[in-house]
Amino acid sequence: MVDFGGWDMPVQYPAGTIEEHLRTRRHAGLFDVSHMGEIDVRGADAIAIVNYLVSNDASKLVDGQAQYSALTTPTGTVVDDLLVYRFASDHLLLVVNASTTEKDWDWITSHQKGGAAKLNNVSSDYCQLALQGPDAIGILRRLTDVPLAEIKYYHFTEGQVDGVPAIVSRTGYTGEDGFEVYAAADKAKQIWNKLLDAGNYGSESGVLPCGLAARNTLRLEAGMALYGHEINEDTTLLEANLGWICKLNKGDFIGRDALARQKKPGCAGVWSGFEVTERGIARDEQEVVINGERVGKVTSGSPAPYLKKNIGMAYVPSEIASEGQEIQIDVRGKLVGAQIVKTPFYKREK
Amino acid sequence: MANIPDDLHYSKDHEWVRVDGNVAVVGITDYAQDSLGDVVYVELPKVGDDFAANESFGSVESVKAVSEVFSPVSGEIVGTNEALADTPEKVNQDPYGDGWMIRVQMSNPGEVDSMLTAAEYEDFTKAEKE
Repeated sequence: MVDFGGWDMPVQYPAGTIEEHLRTRRHAGLFDVSHMGEIDVRGADAIAIVNYLVSNDASKLVDGQAQYSALTTPTGTVVDDLLVYRFASDHLLLVVNASTTEKDWDWITSHQKGGAAKLNNVSSDYCQLALQGPDAIGILRRLTDVPLAEIKYYHFTEGQVDGVPAIVSRTGYTGEDGFEVYAAADKAKQIWNKLLDAGNYGSESGVLPCGLAARNTLRLEAGMALYGHEINEDTTLLEANLGWICKLNKGDFIGRDALARQKKPGCAGVWSGFEVTERGIARDEQEVVINGERVGKVTSGSPAPYLKKNIGMAYVPSEIASEGQEIQIDVRGKLVGAQIVKTPFYKREK
Repeated sequence: MANIPDDLHYSKDHEWVRVDGNVAVVGITDYAQDSLGDVVYVELPKVGDDFAANESFGSVESVKAVSEVFSPVSGEIVGTNEALADTPEKVNQDPYGDGWMIRVQMSNPGEVDSMLTAAEYEDFTKAEKE
């Protein structure tokens, strides 16, 4: 167990990270992500208030839809990345990272621009269980009457899971199909155990509980950013290659002007994926070297259990961030060859 | 409960030594491999390299972390377990057998006498857990 933003979290369960990772890709993995924070926004101006704080365009959401977005600073860097859920035009829910929930809450309440809405930090009211993998839908179906197949990716519905009122969202952080279930915090154990039973936990193709380490390797293979690694308060959204959630034409939002200014000349450095081509494993914080020059830093580096490669993401100068570019990683004093590759590293077959 | 064979010598860095004449065979313990989790990469020295006692001779990597491994004895590397390049999981599966790492021609065989016995190592790991 490790401390993770004040939560005691398992790095891995007895099956081990590799098996947890592979099982999620091939069958199903269950993640207790109750540590994530939730901020409830209700009122006539809920959308306008949120839209001024985030980079993506919350006004484009319809009821029952979720959107990946970011809380931006005036310089275009990132306070946190988050999901914005729209229940109604006057009711949104922001799902934020655990270690940043307090920071986000302070940021939001001190930067929100007037309007009629009430904000509440409801993080401790909710548990969140993520059931991910190709078998997720079949497993969850045993516990709910919610028409799961009708929920589109990045949409959600409210219903009951094992008789407990829940939000069922077709979202995740693994690159697989799957669902995130939000329910009252005191129902976490009940739903967790029922999902394991429904998923034949214990059998060779059954669901496996997965820890933080598998959560990280799965998101890395899927090319997803992790707050504190690819994104932070020193890196702008554009540098983090998150231009797709940066909607400069939606109207004013915090950081808009800085991001608009950066868009024209482009960024000096950007985030890129790489694959290690020699023996060795790149790790977080190691330096990227080209022709003996230290030009960048690894933000996430790890073995990729499904791809059976050693991969990573790094910040590199824009001019070298092109597919096929050879680089080296300084792995504890030894230069190991690598190559810039396209992300996501892994894409599931649909 | 970790497996701790009686006939080996142990270090506080969780390596074991099997004495074979003047050669020491070195690997990491069952307790160590269990704490590390799935081993995915083992970096070993070259034959002919010299190491002083307690000097790092390589590293063992799990999905999540890198750990250095230390030679409990001084001497020259006379063999390495090349099979670990392709099958590092042997360190998990058979830490005292197929998961061995290096063979060291000891320059000071007396060094093994200052290592822990199986019983002492067992107490040491218990204390470390608490």
